This record gives sequence, C-alpha cells and structure tokens, in this order.
Amino acid sequence: MSMIEFHDVQKYYGDFHALKNINLTVEAGETVVLIGPSGSGKSTLIRTINGLEPIQKGQLIVNGYDLADKKTDPNKIRKNVGMVFQHFNLYANKTVLENIMLAPKIVLKRPDDENREFAMKLLDKVGLANKADSYPRQLSGGQQQRIAIARSLAMKPKCLLFDEPTSALDPEMIDDVLNVMKDIARDSDMTMLVVTHEMGFAREVGDRVIFMADGEILEDDSKETFFDGQPSNERARQFLSKIIVHK
Amino acid sequence: MIHIFATQWPLLLEGLGRTLLCSIIALFFSLIIGSLFAIFEIMPNKIMRVIGNIYVEVFRNIPLLVITMFFFVVIPLYVTKINGFTAGTIGLTIYTSAFIAETVRSGIQSVDPGQMEGAMSNGLTFWQSMRYVVLPQAFKIVIPPLGNQFINLVKNSSVLAFVAGFDLMYQGNMIANNTLQTMPTFFVVGILYLVITMPLSYYMRYLEKKLA
Repeated sequence: MSMIEFHDVQKYYGDFHALKNINLTVEAGETVVLIGPSGSGKSTLIRTINGLEPIQKGQLIVNGYDLADKKTDPNKIRKNVGMVFQHFNLYANKTVLENIMLAPKIVLKRPDDENREFAMKLLDKVGLANKADSYPRQLSGGQQQRIAIARSLAMKPKCLLFDEPTSALDPEMIDDVLNVMKDIARDSDMTMLVVTHEMGFAREVGDRVIFMADGEILEDDSKETFFDGQPSNERARQFLSKIIVHK
Repeated sequence: MIHIFATQWPLLLEGLGRTLLCSIIALFFSLIIGSLFAIFEIMPNKIMRVIGNIYVEVFRNIPLLVITMFFFVVIPLYVTKINGFTAGTIGLTIYTSAFIAETVRSGIQSVDPGQMEGAMSNGLTFWQSMRYVVLPQAFKIVIPPLGNQFINLVKNSSVLAFVAGFDLMYQGNMIANNTLQTMPTFFVVGILYLVITMPLSYYMRYLEKKLA
C-alpha cells in the first residue's frame, strides 16, 4: 500500500499559488529526498502531509486517510507520521527525557516504565543518553535535533517527515544528525520524506529524488538517474550542477 | 485609630474574612474562565474566536459596578435568590476574567508557534498541546501582568459594599457611620487591604524570580 498519495493537489496562500497540481506517490518504506531552491514549495508540500497546512483542491491520502476531507481529523495521521523541524521545536519547558516521553504517555497511554525504558534506548541510539535531564536550551543545535528525532521515533511512526533538519546547524554538527537519519533509513522500514540540500545523504540512502521549483514538481527520478544520469529538466540540471560544484 | 481597631475588631475581621474569601473564589474562577476564553480567542475555529472576542470586549468594557448590580438585581428577579456576597463575587469573577483572558492571550501568542506545531506533529491534540506545552510557558511570561490583575481583583472586591456583601469596605462604612470616626476607620480599612495585597504582591514577585 502506498503511504502517501497526492492527486492533483493545489495549495494557495491567499492569491499565491504555493503548490501547483502536485501528483506524487510514496510507497511504504521508501526514502524520498525533496530538493529545490528556496520558496519552491518543498516545505509547504511536506507540511501538508501531516495536516499542518491545509490544501484547497485535490486529494491527499496519507496512511489511508484523506486529508482533503474536512471530516478527517489530522490528529489520526499525526500519530503515525512524525515530523522533524528546521528549528527542532523541542518543548522548552520540559527536560530531554520528558520531551520524548510526553506524547507516548498522553497519546498512546504507554506505561511509565516501558515509556522510560524506550526513551532511554532512543537517547542511547542518538548518542545523548547522558543528556536525559538537560533542558533543550542547554544543548547545541545538533544535539537538540537528534533529541527531536528521538522524540518522533518514540511514537513508533510509520512515516517520518524531515523539514530541512540540518539547515539551522553549524557545519560540524550536521554529520551527527545525518548519521542518525541514515541509520533510520537503513535499519527500519519507515517511510522517510526529507527536504534537504545534503546531496551526500540523498546519494547514500535515498531511493528517489524529487526536484521542485515554483510550487511544481519538475523531476521525480530514481537516485541513479538523478545523480549519475542527467535530469531531463533544464532547471534541475542547473540546480544540481550548482550544489555539486559547491560540495 | 488603635481605638477603632480595639473596639470594632470583630466587624473588621469579619469584613477582612469576607474580602479574602471573595478574592480567593474570584481569583480561582477568573483564572480558569479567563484562560479558557484566552484559548478561544486564538483557536483555529473562527466561531470560537468570535465567542472569545465578544466575551472579552463586552465584560472588559462595562463598569464592574454595573455587572455586579445586574447579578444582584436581575438574577433574583428571574432566576433564583442570591445574596449580595454571591452576586458581587460572580460579578467580580466575570469582570476580572475578561482582563485575565487578554493577559493570558498575549502570553500564549508570545510563545514560539513552533512549540504548538511540534506538539501537534507529535500526535497531541490542540488542547493537550495547550495544556502540557504552551500554557506552562505562557503563564511564566504573564506572571507580572497577572499579578497586577490579582491585586486589582482584591481591591475591586470592595464592590461588595454596594450590594451588602459585608466585606471590609462595607464594614468600614458601617463603623464610620456608627462612630462618626470616619478618618481613623478608613485608615484602618486601608491597612487591612494592604495586609492582603502586599503579601500577594511579594509572592508574585517571588514566583517571577523563581520561574525566570
């Protein structure tokens, strides 16, 4: 079954046409990388998937629920679709451990000892078990982002959305976060949608690369076609040559 | 002055007790009602926002005395018998809750919207996100203005004097009329108000420092 299906989706901010005629299917277990210049609609697209941004036209089916249907409670989708943000959005009033344990406790009613044990396991996995009792403000950006990933994983989601997870980080912190994401992509059957400019990540663990510009999907290629062959779209070729040179 | 207190202390203490009781009840309920309408005002649902706005604008812009008189006169006429103390406390609660709603709303809006997005993306509902993530942070921000509201509330409880609520102000009036010692009486009454408001003021300051 497909995890995510866009059928002719349109999204407007007032008069601004932010997403134009989006058609996209992501199969369960796939890792899809979304790239494109800023303002191209990548973040908007990923935010529609868990209902943070409503769509105005078309059909958007995530994990079997139709988000275009007003009667669909986006909360049902969010329980199975986690999101990692550019600016982490960790709960400022809670410790690291509380950040990870809150949603499983409230939403899934996971018993406390099991919850704590799983949270510590996740912290260990992202290499920050020693920070369990720290507050987010005491941590570096890279550490906060790894905690945010652990917080999403604690819900045992079927799908994880990453909205420019490394764009706000110092260069030396980026690898720590990317390594955690690569581990998830390799070791789990989770569906991942990643908005990023990290081409190394796309090459290593991506299955598909999608190039967006001006609210449209211009390329939807397998990783091999995109990196080793040539994207058929001129704009995508230009974009690619710039980031590759940059690298 | 000492004479007034020495001879009239039973009445004064009863008044102090009533003022304190009214203030505590009104503070408790106006904080809950005010926070509720603050959340209404920022909800995604437009109807709820309109309801929140109307409540705040109506009760913030009518004098406290008029609201209190409404409950004192209209409710016994059509609904049920209530005494001055109850009418006054209800009036004070509703009046204050409108101001608290505005204070709490500004606090909620000064919390980074990313906190709400993070919580909702994590699977929490709007209300759960509010309760566990946004409100605790908002209250920390609004403690100083909230302290102002609480102190105003204690002082505004003197509205009970107009509806025979037997509060401190009412007793002061009675004593002044009976003894004709107007100045010393109200001096004592003023000091007794300070007995409530000063500790409250210092407690709010302490909270502010502690949570900062």
